[in-house]
Amino acid sequence: MNLVESYKDDLKLIEKPWTRCWVALLIVGVILFPLFGSEHFVYLATLIFIFSIGILGQNILIGYTGQISLGQAGFLAIGAFTFGHLTKMGVPLGLCLIGAGCMAAVFGVLVGFPSLRLKGPYLAIVTLGFGIAIYQVFTSYEVLSGGRMGMVVPKFPALFGLTSEVSMYYFVFLLCVIFLAATYNLISSYIGRAFVAIRDNDIAAEVLGVNLTNYKLLSFAISSFYTGVSGALYGMFMGFLDPQMFNFSETLLIFVAVIIGGLASVEGALFGAAFVILIPQLLSGYNELTPVILGVTVVIIMIFEPLGLAGRWFKMRLYWRNWPFR
Amino acid sequence: MVTFFQYLISGLSAGSLYALVALGIVLIYRSTRILNFAHGDKATVGTFVAFTLLSRDLPFYLALPISLVFGALLAMFFYFAIIVPAQRRDATILGQITITVGLSMVLQGALLFFWGTESQIMPFPLSDTRVWTVGPFYFNQLSIGTFLVGITGSILLYFLIQKTRLGLAMKATSENLAAAQTLGIPTRTVLATSWGLAALFGVLAGMFLAPALILDPFFMLEPFLKGFSGAILGGLNSLVGAVVGGLIIGIVENLSGGYISLEFKNTVPFLIIILVLLVRPEGLFGKEFKERI
Repeated sequence: MNLVESYKDDLKLIEKPWTRCWVALLIVGVILFPLFGSEHFVYLATLIFIFSIGILGQNILIGYTGQISLGQAGFLAIGAFTFGHLTKMGVPLGLCLIGAGCMAAVFGVLVGFPSLRLKGPYLAIVTLGFGIAIYQVFTSYEVLSGGRMGMVVPKFPALFGLTSEVSMYYFVFLLCVIFLAATYNLISSYIGRAFVAIRDNDIAAEVLGVNLTNYKLLSFAISSFYTGVSGALYGMFMGFLDPQMFNFSETLLIFVAVIIGGLASVEGALFGAAFVILIPQLLSGYNELTPVILGVTVVIIMIFEPLGLAGRWFKMRLYWRNWPFR
Repeated sequence: MVTFFQYLISGLSAGSLYALVALGIVLIYRSTRILNFAHGDKATVGTFVAFTLLSRDLPFYLALPISLVFGALLAMFFYFAIIVPAQRRDATILGQITITVGLSMVLQGALLFFWGTESQIMPFPLSDTRVWTVGPFYFNQLSIGTFLVGITGSILLYFLIQKTRLGLAMKATSENLAAAQTLGIPTRTVLATSWGLAALFGVLAGMFLAPALILDPFFMLEPFLKGFSGAILGGLNSLVGAVVGGLIIGIVENLSGGYISLEFKNTVPFLIIILVLLVRPEGLFGKEFKERI
């Protein structure tokens, strides 16, 4: 959109002073939201923030590195149950979240190893197998999943005189902003450019000096860290964990959200999360029709806007910037 | 030893259906590079049509072809109404795959809307309680019928591809789309036929899976994933690979269910696929990836 003249320009988060105002307005709006919005809207917004962290992770993998993973539900489950066990041991919350992310990242590296040899659909099926295996392990071993009734996870504590839900909302919002900023920085750094090079052509990237092994594994690790944290937050949000929560349809939902939000776009994760959570809510009166409408919207978006909602957003901004000279 | 062969028999019968599902996936992948996530749901729709026809006392020999044709027409309709416009607008392969995911959601919602969530029992002429004993082995009618249908379907497809002009056109189209168009092959029609054939095989598999499983709107998810992995195991480019891969998945699944643990019946095949792919990254019969920079 803008001419990038120096490396410093490339690293800038916000380009124009006006954008700064809009972003500030948006943030203030989000902060004031619980004061005006009803409980249900706060609930939805929290869910959107939680999902968008997981979707960001998947977007790093699919959108930036070009490796398809259909095992995201497995990483969600690993993050969530690690979190559950750690809180049971009395570990402080922050460490629990990091632990959940790191555990998922370790498994991410394990799953990443086949990606060194496999491509496209073949990699997809291996990760799918991983997701199914994890699901099976959690349903079969009650030591891991916390028994037949599922595992109870303590909810987020009520802070500063706010209710537990509202404090959770602020906490998740903060985390989401941190993850968004981290992803922006990651993508505009050497690592991000290495990811994009691998996506565009891995052989060429290797010739140019990108270490394929390290960067593919790193991409898997980062992506599954995000997903693990998202799973942990989801567990804390729901208050209980059950392996059934992390089945194949969850993976598909994340996949669809990434594509709808926009491949290789950071803000697309927010759009995608909002889309997959709000569309079923808008239609809550017609429960049978929810998948139909969701599916139809997916098809329509893919036909008319292959770049996803983020692509549409970009085009809109471009249009208004030059308005009315177009 | 007797139990081993018994598992092998049931594995072959399940595997032949996975092979049919895998053939459908490979047919579409070969010609368009799209992984069709709606394959299982199209098969479910076809099976439910058959279920409705059968419960209205239509004879089986009429209900089977009607539902097969219905499934094929549905797939062709989707190809022309959705995939073609998407391709005209330069949708990426990943975008087209997402479209099939969206389609599968639509079909699932439609199934829930028309037939509800409760599980049904499919009226079927073959039964798995009628058993023949040959020496120490038991053969039930359903699994024999299933196996025969799976093998016959695969052989018919083989002849269609190898011995007819349509098969030749399909091969040409999947080999090089632009060249096929230049030579005057109506590639759209050929591709639509591939989609229709694929759905036909899916419905056929669904019809014979339904009596063994419980018929509900989600019953094809697992067979679809198995067929998908069978296709990957055999190599996504290869029709022979799809049949072999499907059979292997069926056998491994039943053997591991019998000898290791019933709970991990679904997991062990995937572990074996991972091991095979680590040795042969393009599947058993797939061709090597060739890339240019």
